[in-house]
Amino acid sequence: MTAHQAPPPAPPIGVLVELTHRCPLGCPHCSNPLALERPAAELDTETWKRVFSEAAALGALHVHLSGGEPTARRDIVALIRHAAQCGLYTNLITSGIGVSAKLWAEMVEAGLDHAQLSFQGADEATNDRLGHYQGAWAKKRAFAAMVTGAGLPLTVNAVVSRPNLHQVGAFVDLALELGARRLEVAHTQYYGWALANRAALMPPRAETEAAIRLVEAAREKLKGRLVIDMVVPDYYARYPKPCAGGWGRLAINVSPSGKAMPCHAAETIPGLEFWNVRDKSLGDIWRDNPAFNAFRGADWMREPCRTCDRREIDWGGCRCQALALAGDAAATDPACSKSPHHARIEAMAAAEAEAGAGEIRWRSYKETVGA
Amino acid sequence: MDSTTKPRLPRGVKLRRDDVRQRWTLLAPERIFEVDETAAAVLQLCDGERDLGSIVAELAARYGAPPEVVEKDIVSMLGGLKDKRVLET
Repeated sequence: MTAHQAPPPAPPIGVLVELTHRCPLGCPHCSNPLALERPAAELDTETWKRVFSEAAALGALHVHLSGGEPTARRDIVALIRHAAQCGLYTNLITSGIGVSAKLWAEMVEAGLDHAQLSFQGADEATNDRLGHYQGAWAKKRAFAAMVTGAGLPLTVNAVVSRPNLHQVGAFVDLALELGARRLEVAHTQYYGWALANRAALMPPRAETEAAIRLVEAAREKLKGRLVIDMVVPDYYARYPKPCAGGWGRLAINVSPSGKAMPCHAAETIPGLEFWNVRDKSLGDIWRDNPAFNAFRGADWMREPCRTCDRREIDWGGCRCQALALAGDAAATDPACSKSPHHARIEAMAAAEAEAGAGEIRWRSYKETVGA
Repeated sequence: MDSTTKPRLPRGVKLRRDDVRQRWTLLAPERIFEVDETAAAVLQLCDGERDLGSIVAELAARYGAPPEVVEKDIVSMLGGLKDKRVLET
């Protein structure tokens, strides 16, 4: 291993920055970590700006401004402006809550390219219940109108699970009504807070498959009018999702306090030390952080991944899920039907969905922020 | 799409030179399209001012190719981008 230096990895396509963990919503499907980061731990404006400059120099093309609620940062306009000046395509991932007309106009003027707006339900009652925020529906709709009014592309992001899966068709209608250019139907992925709520959120298999068919039909019918992307529910899948497009292959995720990771759940894996952008440049981290190289490419794989003809399609699935469900981060993701754990996982999901039990644990920023 | 159509990139879709990878890219919401030199030459003319007829004429002259061949290629390429919501006519 030491005789030959490995070639440097291809540059990342995008950087997802979690500017803050502060969030007005209390979604049960939140995939952020159980312990959220404190405002005092967040990176300052200048450090974020440097991260954007380094990301652009490294070859990133998109910057996804996320959180938490990214507009809770008082410097959001300055951050958008700097990212745009670096030549990055700026994508705001927002709840739409707390964005005044004035702030919106400033963000557009600063060079915002696209807004992705979350909805927790396709009607007022469901949306406000699952977002755990009374009045969210009206604020989100007002935000959508500001986006389309400015001529910017709008994505409606709908995270679905058992309480709202029946609304998939209504989400398509909502996206059309709001004038969205893109709809993302994201089946809940069970990480962080969502994993703790899995019994309350896991949908039945038949309903899940019907929802997938509905989305696929809508995608075909609305071609040229609405782009529809789907994040599939992997407990019922045949093959796992290529998590983050492959570990350290396409994307970098930076936490509010500056930890750079291949995905935002990566910290759950013991034994990996993630470098901080306060201490290292993004390029150094991407190339040299052993944690980024731990599961990069296909060399780390064991059977059945190692000889699988899908190894460079699925990239072994998700490392965090392998750890959470199989107890080993280097195992095949149990979402894969070739995993020895798959039958057990599938049965567990079906049993949870069948039981229909499990009380929803609402998230609260104040109650789950770390000490 | 006919010769009077005026294609343009909508707001939020950007043709950009990617200096790191030394190629053209079309940046769109959650999407990146690799664009070859020929396609980039077409898209640079899709400014909402020029119509398809003049775009074809200009590129046919530039590349010394028969206009009907150029038109067929361009219509096919632009149609594909329109389906993906990254081009408007």
